[in-house]
Amino acid sequence: MNGILVVTETGLNGLHKMSLETVAAGQQLSRELGQPVSAAVFLTAPLSAKLDRVYRVQHDLLSAYTADGYTAALEALIHQADPAVVLFPHTYQVRDFAPKLATRFGQVLISDIIGVHEGKWRRQLFQGKLNADFLPQPGTRVFASIQAGAFRADQLEAGAAPEEIFSPALDPSLLRQKPEPPFRESARAVDLSAADVIVSVGRGIKEQDNIPVVEELAKALGAELAASRPICDNGWLPMERQVGSSGQTVAPKVYVAVGISGAIQHLVGMKGSKTIVAINKDPNAPIFEVADYGIIGDLFEVVPALVDEVKKARG
Amino acid sequence: MKIIVALKQVPARDSQLKVAPSGKWIDESDLTFEINEPDAYALEEALQLKEKHGGEVIVLCAGPERAASSIREALAKGADRAIHIEEDDLGAYDTLALARVLAKAAETEKPDLVLTGLQSDDLGSGQTGVVMAELMGLPHATIIMQVELAGAGLRVKRELEDGWFQFAGMPLPALLTIQSGINKLRYATLMGIKKAKSKEIRRLTAADLGVPPRSTVTVAGIFAPPRMKQTQILDGSPREAAAKLVEKLKFEARVI
Ligand SMILES: Cc1cc2nc3c(=O)[nH]c(=O)nc-3n(C[C@H](O)[C@H](O)[C@H](O)COP(=O)(O)OP(=O)(O)OC[C@H]3O[C@@H](n4cnc5c(N)ncnc54)[C@H](O)[C@@H]3O)c2cc1C
Ligand SMILES: Nc1ncnc2c1ncn2[C@@H]1O[C@H](COP(=O)(O)O)[C@@H](O)[C@H]1O
Repeated sequence: MNGILVVTETGLNGLHKMSLETVAAGQQLSRELGQPVSAAVFLTAPLSAKLDRVYRVQHDLLSAYTADGYTAALEALIHQADPAVVLFPHTYQVRDFAPKLATRFGQVLISDIIGVHEGKWRRQLFQGKLNADFLPQPGTRVFASIQAGAFRADQLEAGAAPEEIFSPALDPSLLRQKPEPPFRESARAVDLSAADVIVSVGRGIKEQDNIPVVEELAKALGAELAASRPICDNGWLPMERQVGSSGQTVAPKVYVAVGISGAIQHLVGMKGSKTIVAINKDPNAPIFEVADYGIIGDLFEVVPALVDEVKKARG
Repeated sequence: MKIIVALKQVPARDSQLKVAPSGKWIDESDLTFEINEPDAYALEEALQLKEKHGGEVIVLCAGPERAASSIREALAKGADRAIHIEEDDLGAYDTLALARVLAKAAETEKPDLVLTGLQSDDLGSGQTGVVMAELMGLPHATIIMQVELAGAGLRVKRELEDGWFQFAGMPLPALLTIQSGINKLRYATLMGIKKAKSKEIRRLTAADLGVPPRSTVTVAGIFAPPRMKQTQILDGSPREAAAKLVEKLKFEARVI
């Protein structure tokens, strides 16, 4: 057991964007541990990075993703390459198969990590309200998936790597999932990415009947109204106004988060905003980790006051 | 159809969390607890499948005695019976060991379908269901937004990233991890609450199932996350804070 194996993900248009972040994490770990780093790439997606080896994982049965197919292929690769650490990007696809793969080796996937320091793997608990350091048992193989944005793709050391074709023996009867082609629901009627200002509402709003409280603020600011997932799950606002990993990604000049806690799946959709304002009654809410301006208070008092002040300033 | 729903009890959402003196978990003494959100959706999906196709819904929960309140709530909503694996210290079990416990208990029922939430609000590992599927030898799919019976198997809608979806078929028995928002949650009725009192809750321990505690990863410590950005807190009364924010929006962000 030696070295680091980075399992990359191939999306509809080449490598998934989080793959490069994971390769950068692998390179960093390789420097720290003084161990080689290699990457596994499915299909033909190009990857140019300084690595000790790239394994091209190829098989007709892997042309469409299935949990069973990917698990079997990577199980065989891990047996051959014998890495001490296996890294994945924490994508939806990785959530689908990596825990199964780790189980094959009697290990737990340390999922959604935000860093690794001196053998301690750091991840969030309670949707980002606390952090925890995890210690794998010494001498065991580590399986870990990396949170979006925890490592930076621009830190990737460019270069080349010797390529090796890895063609696992796969039996079609192994693949129990029968995937159909991916699709998008009807075109989005709302394009949040064009808005200069977004007022986004979360579960702090409590009830559907209270939505007008934030609607007023959006109107006063000339902003688009957006929401966290639970608001759309409840049908209080349409799905197309959802911001986050399963909704839209936005980067307005100003993003006002009202009664939103700041879970990572929400943050990935808005942390590129130029100025972030958070209104939340909990001073420890994770949203304050990314906010430029914060008001700690009850939104039902703060938001109406804010509407008045905006109107006053607009004259 | 016999459906098992794995349901976890977690601290209520807006809880103020304090690190326990051990430094390895939170102080649970003043907290209230509730059903993990996606698990509530998994339960609802099971109830709707039963209403359409007949069968039985069994709640499976590992947790201390207090978890019984969440189990009762699930029974009041319409689950037929429950298995409570009563363990005070689940911290001694990592995800793999816990999944072994749950899988062992589920296997004795020979279910047609096992539903879990996609992720717990407290640990957030997002993997207990997938690990159970592997241990039970079941096909699985994750982040599910729709479940249909199709012939002898299932056709499910997986949520992918950036607004993409995908249907996938698979044979039964199977395991699915359910995403929040797949359906509309029901409330327990008074009648349901009454009926729940006479429903069966089988209590057993991990030891009864022959699964010892085990951790391939252990918690070294938990702590409040450091601030990444210097947030400027605008204080004062709501009106004062609002006025300060308008200044910033006008003169710094220049959107007013
Ligand atoms: C695979 C996956 C995909 C997901 N995709 C998305 C996604 O695309 N978008 C998304 O948003 N989420 C997504 N989620 C869900 C995400 O993990 C969180 O559960 C969600 O973002 C929480 O929404 P929230 O902040 O509105 O609610 P909560 O976490 O419940 O937070 C409510 C906040 O309101 C505050 N509050 C309460 N009352 C008041 C008051 N009176 N005044 C002021 N503040 C108040 C509270 O302090 C709290 O911070 C996804 C989860 C998973 C697992
Ligand atoms: N102690 C438990 N008892 C019953 N089900 C559980 C338990 N822990 C986790 N689960 C199930 O596994 C899912 C994923 O949990 P996790 O892997 O911790 O994110 C949850 O949504 C539950 O359905």
